[in-house]
Amino acid sequence: MLNDQDRIFTNLYGFEDWGLEAARGRGQWDGTKGFIDQGRDWLIEQLKASGLRGRGGAGFPTGLKMSFMPKGEEGRPHYLVVNADESEPGTCKDREIMRHDPQLLIEGCLLACRAMDSHHCYIYVRGEYIREREHLEAAVRQAYDAKLIGKNNVHGWDCDIVVHHGAGAYICGEETALLESLEGKKGMPRLKPPFPANMGLYGAPTTVNNVETISVIPDILRRGATWFADLGRPNNVGTKLFCISGHVEKPCTVEEEMGITFRELVEKHCGGVRGGWDNLLAVIPGGSSVPLIPHWECDDLYMDFDTLRDKKSGLGTAAVIVMDKSTDIIKAISRLSYFYKHESCGQCTPCREGTGWMWRVMERMVEGRADPREIDQLLSVTKQVEGHTICALGDAAAWPIQGLIRHFRPEMEKRIASFSANHVAPAPMAAE
Amino acid sequence: MTKLIIDGQEIDVPDHYTILQACEAAGAEIPRFCFHERLSIAGNCRMCLVQVVGGPPKPVASCAMGVKDLRPGRDGTPPMVNTKTEFVKNAREGVMEFLLINHPLDCPICDQGGECDLQDQAMAYGVSGSRFKENKRAVEDKYIGPLVKTIMNRCIQCTRCIRFVTEVAGVPDLGAIGRGEDMEITTYLETAMGSELQGNVIDLCPVGALTSRPYAYQARPWELTKTETIDVMDAVGSNIRVDVRGREVMRVMPRLNEAVNEEWISDKTRFIWDGLKTQRLDRPYVRENGRLRPATWREAFATIATKVKATKKERIAAIGGDLASAEELFALKDLMHRLGVASVDCRQDGAPLDPALGRASYTFNPTIAGIEEADAILIIGANPRWDAAVLNARIRKAYVHNGTKVGLIGERLDLTYPHQYLGAGPSTLSDLGSFREVLEKAEKPIIMVGGAALARDDAEAVLAEAAKLADAVGAVSADWNGFGILHTAAARVGGLDVGCLPGEGGRTTREILASAGSEDVIFLLGADEIASDALEAPFVVYIGTHGDRGAHKADVILPGAAYTEKQGTWVNLEGRPQRGYRAAFPPGEAREDWAILRALSAELGAQLPYDSLAALTRAMVAAVPVLGEVDRVVPADPAGVGRLAARGGVMDSAPFVNPIEVFHLTNPITRASKVMAECARLLEERASPAQAAE
Repeated sequence: MLNDQDRIFTNLYGFEDWGLEAARGRGQWDGTKGFIDQGRDWLIEQLKASGLRGRGGAGFPTGLKMSFMPKGEEGRPHYLVVNADESEPGTCKDREIMRHDPQLLIEGCLLACRAMDSHHCYIYVRGEYIREREHLEAAVRQAYDAKLIGKNNVHGWDCDIVVHHGAGAYICGEETALLESLEGKKGMPRLKPPFPANMGLYGAPTTVNNVETISVIPDILRRGATWFADLGRPNNVGTKLFCISGHVEKPCTVEEEMGITFRELVEKHCGGVRGGWDNLLAVIPGGSSVPLIPHWECDDLYMDFDTLRDKKSGLGTAAVIVMDKSTDIIKAISRLSYFYKHESCGQCTPCREGTGWMWRVMERMVEGRADPREIDQLLSVTKQVEGHTICALGDAAAWPIQGLIRHFRPEMEKRIASFSANHVAPAPMAAE
Repeated sequence: MTKLIIDGQEIDVPDHYTILQACEAAGAEIPRFCFHERLSIAGNCRMCLVQVVGGPPKPVASCAMGVKDLRPGRDGTPPMVNTKTEFVKNAREGVMEFLLINHPLDCPICDQGGECDLQDQAMAYGVSGSRFKENKRAVEDKYIGPLVKTIMNRCIQCTRCIRFVTEVAGVPDLGAIGRGEDMEITTYLETAMGSELQGNVIDLCPVGALTSRPYAYQARPWELTKTETIDVMDAVGSNIRVDVRGREVMRVMPRLNEAVNEEWISDKTRFIWDGLKTQRLDRPYVRENGRLRPATWREAFATIATKVKATKKERIAAIGGDLASAEELFALKDLMHRLGVASVDCRQDGAPLDPALGRASYTFNPTIAGIEEADAILIIGANPRWDAAVLNARIRKAYVHNGTKVGLIGERLDLTYPHQYLGAGPSTLSDLGSFREVLEKAEKPIIMVGGAALARDDAEAVLAEAAKLADAVGAVSADWNGFGILHTAAARVGGLDVGCLPGEGGRTTREILASAGSEDVIFLLGADEIASDALEAPFVVYIGTHGDRGAHKADVILPGAAYTEKQGTWVNLEGRPQRGYRAAFPPGEAREDWAILRALSAELGAQLPYDSLAALTRAMVAAVPVLGEVDRVVPADPAGVGRLAARGGVMDSAPFVNPIEVFHLTNPITRASKVMAECARLLEERASPAQAAE
């Protein structure tokens, strides 16, 4: 349980003003110049020592990622791109930061830019986020006016921040598709290598970070890397914004310590599972892309990267989707399949063809209009998609179905059996 | 060099290789759909997956991964790649299954059947059954022009066509709309593509989604007899393969020749074949009482012989056409020489090119492949996009890869690459502005003179000025000759090489036409691109293939063979002699042109001393040894350019006007082609789009 004084996002719910003055009152932009003056290596050292892992889903160590950026500018500009294309179903954490505490993000951008010798930062905001963009743009303007960022600012590190509004495609949250979109092209993921740290935006070294990752940097520096590293569980440290939605009494976004148990998270902040703990059916712990975890594995479930990975799921964006026993779990996963079919960019074969196939089979599974054999077939199709695509959307489309089959196979078989008991298969007709 | 182990075999490959190239070097076959050597890497079909040992547990797209990106093993052993393991086999089978689930599998009615990458690779790397029980995707067919037929159900979204049209052809006409499984290839508003190279997407398409519209349902690839020959639609001399069923030419395909056309051909080259079947002259005709009537060869020859014997030598003339082979022009010149006739010319456009100045003065010296090395190109009075579409793609390639700077003097054009427009007329030659510095600084500049500059009264002066400029900016040196003539006629360089030109006291094409009267006899060897009004009065003998301009004015028609129906040597604009071969037989009583000339010579009492084409070729090579250097460009003595510069004259101020008015209609065969007529109509429509009434 996180103590109040350890919270980073002190205005997460917008009870206070989001403007610059109020933000300063909450301690933001305090001592920033001192951190910048310490230089690049110190900043990266601090981030490495803090054990901060990327909050966008993959959990890659942030300090390490930033250290991949080439030293000095050697003729090419360096870019920091902030991924605010928060489109993962269930996720609603970055929008709270942008709406209610945008200065945290802006301060983080400046510091991150310093840490990677960059003077240019783009914030790519999801197309559907209108108010978030308005607040963020206004906040950037305030910061410019106060000479906190921009050319010749008070911090002595030139840094221009541009807020770019996307058009609302899920795939543009993938870092290279985001860069393509930012360049004005179709949002289709790039082939890697080359990685963005070498050839990113406009062919220059680029690092793409999540909003939350960037926003916690100022506080890590202010309170010290050890403070951050002491929170949470080993290798999964710090605080994290959890977005709990679905069948809980009070869905919410809340900042908590990493590694809090699922039960504590739900009962302390959300008023518990609808109908009581025993009414829990399953939980998707990290946004729609990760496999679900059935209720019988939820009792001592630590919400962190490593525990959930060991459960063959993932923390992802920490968007916790809770489902109680009233849920038609097959239909729920089928809806996710439709989402991935709809959002596949169409570039590479397995995802383009596979997402549609999986969704159609899932639709039949919902009714039970299938052969029990097809469950294995479906599983093998998901395996054929997983790992064969350019980006991770193929994996994201495959995992929820794999999770379903892994844990709820009897449910699917029951559905098929009851359908075939009530329906007589039509006699095969010869084509004429 | 990078060392790696492929299927247990150690191999050393250059650092810039991709895994796919390395695997091929090691002899391992890698299936692929989206990858193409001449296009950018898309990596989207996922068919070329291989296993990289020690890397991530995922298969790797070998077309997109460079060998230098591979990490060696822990103990320093070279990186290991497997292409034959169960892991790779499963990956390929999976991708193949995905490609096939929405593919209609209508191979029995598909024109690609028998030469389909998907068919072949499904046999080699797929599984035999299907697990897909849903409905297949249906995609509406798109109209993308009269040349390329679309059956979009078959599309596997490899995007080769898009990449070709964008990168090589350089037009933004083709793209993909929609996403996911709704992604469709289209020209957006379903207009015709505006490229002269669009037909190449048919070859590039690995499935039957893009097929040849004129060829649709005409033949199966295994029924066709394939003959490798040379194209004559322009002076590039593209290497082609003519596919014939029975007597009919069914289609024309490109052949690979890195030095000439790479693997592209222009639409005119590819879709001309319907013109070979219509408007053909299949028997001799003789004009009687103002009307042409069918005649026998004997009658026709007798009529000619009577007329020639009654005519003074000075009033006899011969003009060689644009499609004739070097042998024919050699025989024509030889025949006229034996008759004592000096007025022979192969330059229908009247270009003042003279082989006496040296070969460098009338060939494209930098060579087509050399364009890629050039760092600055000045185009004078030409539209390479129409004059030599494939060559234009090379200039674009040079621009894309090396940033070659291009300057243009002449008509304002869209050349598919950015260029600096310098001016409209010859006066610009002496005032190039900032582009002169570009040329001077360039290490390998090219000065290219085209038809608009050559077919003028002051062409000699323009040529001299251009040659002087070439010399002044250092385009002509010992190891680089950047001066080139951009010919448009396939026969021209060959004709100049064999000296099919006016002899002592002879008249040029223009003089022949200007002075033509009723006492004249004019032989036309497929010459149709001349002012035909001048041919009303004289007695005209037309040897050719089509009932076109020349035949309309003829008094005797001798039916000849088209380029697919005869063997011969054509010299392309670089001066590269290439041999064409017979793919089909000429129709009816038509004969090969050299044989007509040979037979006629006997009737005229000036028998040519060769009884076979082989003997004729031997005689020609003996007279012009350079024509024996088949498929090679013998570098010409650069002094020829200097001699060109030494000529002179006064330049006119009139702007250059490109002689090709419509790309698709430049010779008798094209004018007989329905497909070309449709393309020409669309081109006109594009130039002046219809306006909505308001």
